[in-house]
Amino acid sequence: MNHTAERSLTTYLTGFVLAVILTAIPFALVWGGLLTGMAVYIVIAVAAILQVIVHLVFFLHIDLKSTPSENLFFLAFAAILICIMVGGSLWIMMDLHHRMT
Amino acid sequence: MLGRLTVEAIPLYSWVAMGGALVTLGGGLAVFLLITYLRAWKVLWTDWMTSVDHKKIGIMYVVLALVMLVRGFVDALMMRAQQAIALNSEGYLPPEHFEQIFSSHGTIMIFFVAMPFLTGLINIIVPQQIGARDVAFPFLNSVSLWLTAAGAGLVLVSLVIGKFSTAGWTGYPPYSGIEYNPGVGVDYWIWALAVSGIGSTLSGINFIVTIVKNRCPGMTYMRMPLFTWTTLCISVLIAFAFPALTVVAVQLALDRTLGFHFFTNGDGGNMMMFANLLWIWGHPEVYILVLPAFGIFSEVVATFSRKRLFGYKSLVYATACIAILSFTVWLHHFFTMGSSANVNAVFGIATMIIAVPTGVKIFDWLFTMYRGRIEFHPAMVYTIGFMVTFVIGGVTGVLLALPPADYLMHNSTFLVAHFHNMLIPGALFGYFAGLNYWFPKAFGFKLNAKWGIRSFWFWLIGFYLAFMPLYVLGFMGMSRRMEHYADPNWQPYLIVAAIGALCVLCGIACIGIQLYVSAKNWGSARDVTGDPWNGRTLEWATSSPPAAYNFAIVPEVRDVDAFHDMKIQGTAYQSPLQYEDIVMPKSSGIGPILGALAFVLGFAMVWYIWWLAALCLVLCLVCAGVRACDDNSDFVIPASEVARLENARLAQITPADMHDMRDFMPRGAASGSVLQGRV
Repeated sequence: MNHTAERSLTTYLTGFVLAVILTAIPFALVWGGLLTGMAVYIVIAVAAILQVIVHLVFFLHIDLKSTPSENLFFLAFAAILICIMVGGSLWIMMDLHHRMT
Repeated sequence: MLGRLTVEAIPLYSWVAMGGALVTLGGGLAVFLLITYLRAWKVLWTDWMTSVDHKKIGIMYVVLALVMLVRGFVDALMMRAQQAIALNSEGYLPPEHFEQIFSSHGTIMIFFVAMPFLTGLINIIVPQQIGARDVAFPFLNSVSLWLTAAGAGLVLVSLVIGKFSTAGWTGYPPYSGIEYNPGVGVDYWIWALAVSGIGSTLSGINFIVTIVKNRCPGMTYMRMPLFTWTTLCISVLIAFAFPALTVVAVQLALDRTLGFHFFTNGDGGNMMMFANLLWIWGHPEVYILVLPAFGIFSEVVATFSRKRLFGYKSLVYATACIAILSFTVWLHHFFTMGSSANVNAVFGIATMIIAVPTGVKIFDWLFTMYRGRIEFHPAMVYTIGFMVTFVIGGVTGVLLALPPADYLMHNSTFLVAHFHNMLIPGALFGYFAGLNYWFPKAFGFKLNAKWGIRSFWFWLIGFYLAFMPLYVLGFMGMSRRMEHYADPNWQPYLIVAAIGALCVLCGIACIGIQLYVSAKNWGSARDVTGDPWNGRTLEWATSSPPAAYNFAIVPEVRDVDAFHDMKIQGTAYQSPLQYEDIVMPKSSGIGPILGALAFVLGFAMVWYIWWLAALCLVLCLVCAGVRACDDNSDFVIPASEVARLENARLAQITPADMHDMRDFMPRGAASGSVLQGRV
């Protein structure tokens, strides 16, 4: 096994461990009933976003230095669209919820 | 063993439904017999169905779209006939059949006419416009085609076995839930959408990669033809919007089959989330349909005005703006759901803003025509008809974007008139323009112009007759989807609308006659040069129909109008010093097999035949595995063969056929910058 392959195996393993931890935290919170109310949602959301970043960095090897700027541009575009869709949905549904109660 | 599939699935409940089933069966049988009679099964399988050539896949997409256009239009004709006579009477359609018809009309026209038509045109043209030999993933392209065809097959089968959805093409719960709609109709709708939706998503990804990675040397982003630009933008829209549709369809399927509560009335479900998710896909979808047509209009208007496209950069930026803004307006489809004034206002304003880049485009096309030498080719006539008609639809759209006005017009025929006013000129006229414009590229001979012009006039007049009365009826208070009504003031308008539909029927017939007449006289309308219209973009540099590899030598581009530039330089039609071997992808039967499996999988899910569904899913995975292990998927066309084909082509071209542009130097106020040429 050459040097690069070894390094990439390490990154994959690091990524895997981080991903497992980030999955275990929300699971444990809900299963064990450690937190309630809004706090649960916030922790799950943060863990999910961190998990996305872990996947991008450790599995897809995206970083700000070596990745072509074109790809980063597409990624930023995707991030904006996801923010619009998820944020917009949350805004709309919470507004409806507020008016229904 | 067969789930809930019993003999009762045969539509004996009304003679109209039975007639529809018989026509579908008869049509299928006729096609089967014709192919057998022509002994074309082998050719069909080896040369077409298993092909991964983007041009053949494109042609098959367009054929699918035209067949489904006829099917969807019969629905429209039936609805118009029903409403024309159903004053204080039942008409000839029972309510539950009428509901099926408007649901299948919308579903078919969006998913199985517009989507395959635009995907087909993109497939045929975009790789050629960017100087590529194929798409980035040719096999995936074949899978996309057959998944789309599988979805269309599910809709067709619903005519013969069981019923189609009665919940409208948007399928809002709770009415589409299992409680109020226990039959198989909604399941047919869900699985047709899910299967074809996966195909569309794969197409979108394929074309993003193709355009980003496969452009020829010199083809920078700002030199890409407008049709390629619009394709890139809608591919991004597809990749981001279609997952929302897949998710919402699967959630509804879970609600219906496994008793989940995503969208049910009780148990914590929220049906408003369905509307939200559906339109997160649905609004970008509108632009997915319209933007490629804008690209076609841009190509057509430049070619047939004999001028460089006015404001190329502004058109590119306007396209990109529309693409992003299309993700910010989805709530305007459900203003009346009860959001607060702030939410409605934000989405209303965003909606009105979209009119600005669209207006920019209209002006760019008008300025391109200004002082151009306009040739009234059918494609150009469709373009002009589009510009006039589309503006009317745009204005009514801005009206609907005002939430207070929307509260009055929502769910009325005014809305129906509005979106048909956008999609018929804005999408369909564009595809017809593309059909007339690019047909010689795909088949090697031109379409008959006389019948093209006739089809245009029937479509245009038919459109106005069919939909202008619906605007009026909307103001008179008629809501959409009415099986019968009691207001005698409505009937005259509905009769006019029915006459309009008959007029459109003549338009469709004219297209059929046009195809027939052109095919019959193909020898007298042959396109020897590959450049029948004195075109400007790179697809006209290939032969018509193009060789499997499109370009024997990958071209080098130095201008927006790449081929026009080559003609001015005198570098077009030059044979190179030597040819080289070309590597091309092999045909594969796995694409159509996957499509067939997806069709059976969908059918099994509709009828709860679980063992069959599981079997198909496993076989799909096996197919994917077999393909993934195939390391020998390319073959080589030797240089000598390429040389033979190219020399045969060049030998046919006489100087009289060519559009010699070497002395061409446009000048003047509206012609843009002076093109560098040899004088």
